[in-house]
Amino acid sequence: MGQIEWAMWANEQALASGLILITGGIVATAGQFTQWYLGTYSIAAGVLICLLEYPRGKRSKGSTMERCGQKYMTRVVKLFGPLTRNYYIRAFLHLGLSVPAGFLLATILGTACLVIASGIYLLAAIRGEQWTPIEPKPRERPQVGGTIKQPPSNPPPRPPAEARKKPGEEAAAAAGVPTGGPQENPVPVTDEVV
Amino acid sequence: MLILLPVCRNLLSFLRGTCSFCRSTLRKQLDHNLTFHKLVAYMICLHTAIHIIAHLFNFERYSRGRRATDGSLASILSNRSHQEKKEDSWLNPIQSPNMTVEYVTFTSIAGLTGVIITIALILMVTSAMEFIRRSYFEVFWYTHHLFVIYFIGLAIHGIGGIVRGQTEESMGESHPHKCAEVFEKWDDPKFHCKRPQFEGLPAESWKWILAPSILYLFERILRFYRSQQKVVITKVVMHPSKVVELQMNKCGFSMEVGQYIFVNCPSISYLEWHPFTLTSAPEEDFFSIHIRAAGDWTENLIRAFEQQDSPVPRIEVDGPFGTASEDVFHYEVAVLVGAGIGVTPFASILKSIWYKFRHADHNLKTQTIYFYWICRETGAFAWFNDLLASLEQEMEELGKVGFLNYRLFLTGWDSNIAGHATLNFDRATDILTGLKQKTFFGRPMWDNEFSAIAAAHPKSAVGVFLCGPQTLAKSLSKCCQRYSSLDPRKVQFHFNKENF
Repeated sequence: MGQIEWAMWANEQALASGLILITGGIVATAGQFTQWYLGTYSIAAGVLICLLEYPRGKRSKGSTMERCGQKYMTRVVKLFGPLTRNYYIRAFLHLGLSVPAGFLLATILGTACLVIASGIYLLAAIRGEQWTPIEPKPRERPQVGGTIKQPPSNPPPRPPAEARKKPGEEAAAAAGVPTGGPQENPVPVTDEVV
Repeated sequence: MLILLPVCRNLLSFLRGTCSFCRSTLRKQLDHNLTFHKLVAYMICLHTAIHIIAHLFNFERYSRGRRATDGSLASILSNRSHQEKKEDSWLNPIQSPNMTVEYVTFTSIAGLTGVIITIALILMVTSAMEFIRRSYFEVFWYTHHLFVIYFIGLAIHGIGGIVRGQTEESMGESHPHKCAEVFEKWDDPKFHCKRPQFEGLPAESWKWILAPSILYLFERILRFYRSQQKVVITKVVMHPSKVVELQMNKCGFSMEVGQYIFVNCPSISYLEWHPFTLTSAPEEDFFSIHIRAAGDWTENLIRAFEQQDSPVPRIEVDGPFGTASEDVFHYEVAVLVGAGIGVTPFASILKSIWYKFRHADHNLKTQTIYFYWICRETGAFAWFNDLLASLEQEMEELGKVGFLNYRLFLTGWDSNIAGHATLNFDRATDILTGLKQKTFFGRPMWDNEFSAIAAAHPKSAVGVFLCGPQTLAKSLSKCCQRYSSLDPRKVQFHFNKENF
């Protein structure tokens, strides 16, 4: 259990709780149960939690699978800076959001799950985990000409004109430069694909 | 209840063995047990949601009925408990108008068990999400054992008898069809309808879950018993890139190609069992697995075996499981494609084919094998390299060079490797693998491969076996269809996806 990043599981649990809160809230509001205004509150809280938890944070070790379409929410969540990065704040936020929904039976399940998620986030925060956004890595442009300091001052030594008839295949292959266009191959080239 | 049956591995193996007269395609369905388990789990979640929502509405109606004073049917049915001699004939579980539904939920057995087991279910589901399961398996495994709480809670969920139904006697006297409309007159002693009597309906869920729970308990006991059987480690080989090969012996163990075993190492973790494909052939007198460092448990295991001075850790083995891939031997021409870690079962298959070939086994119809190995980098599979090299050498000795044709495709190459390969173009053996066959870079062009094979074997049935990702399966099956000729006597490609 040593390598576990609790925040990842807390994130799944919180997302599930958000969905449960929304469902419970819809049931309470649509059925016009007693105190159904708590149901509307829980729909709103559920939506907020789902939006907050949808972008998955980056794992500190290994690659992370993004959720479908999460990059838009990642930008929004990143805007809040330390409020969303720190897991202590998230833990207490979830704890606070869950309390009003605990007074209505339809949403009490969402409350319980959110409290558990908040507990796991607290554990993650104690272990020093943080939310880092998953960003696409900027493609490294190949630095053309970065290593050329100065052009050579002397021309390369050349053999006399008659010897220059031999095409420079070996030199081209060693430099890795593909010689395009029709050419005569000194070594017979066979089709490798069988 | 159906959710317990697919995870009884030994029961499934038993079924597979007893139904050996069935076609192997039928038996292969037993390999999809985990998919079935997940589908049943989704259904459980869906029906739990429906059940909870229905009871929420139900309790809300009870609550309103209890508080109603307008003399409606609901309020009359609710005002029962202090007017009847028989204490137990009430309908509404909410006994007083001041009782809230939350109070009733948490003070009744049904409500309390319901909440507990639903929370257990949610925890099980969130820790079983693919992402969590693949990255942090221990969380999934230990949390999933909450199912014990789930089943116990499910069994006692209904014993409080909160869901009430009219008694038979009362149904005879005052059937709802006759009496429901005229509820004002129930108190009149001369009226033909009397007040209905209710009783609690008995708990029934235990009837459904008893048998599978016993089967599962039996399965766990069997796993424990098998794990106590002695496993003798005959050889430990450390391969490069943190791969360890364990050759073992166990009394009464017999395997087929393509099967896997579950391995436990009590000194590392008492409760964790991890699956590994068997890499030895059934003809050998030991069975072996190759373990690559890919997480907590495997790294600890490799470290434990690396220490020379301490005694070899004890290993427990359960298995073998899985449908044997014996179909490989039934095709004249076999095309085997292994991608990445999917190459492991082919170690067993290739070795077995080689043994059968050497002993001129009549079950072996295979005359030619085309083996495609696609991986990002060869480091972790250097042991497989050695296997291919030794097979290559043995075939040369026997003079049967055309039997095994293999191609290695390296998809994780960079310009350094390519440049190096170009410079060493003229060498007889490949610089990366040391094999006679040169390494190709990039992915194979299946159209070329298939057309060449079709041209070389114009009248054979060719079996294509894949162990790898789904996308590759799709492109291979498309190629199979495209290159199978319309004439059934000419070349036919048959695609088999193995679930190792």
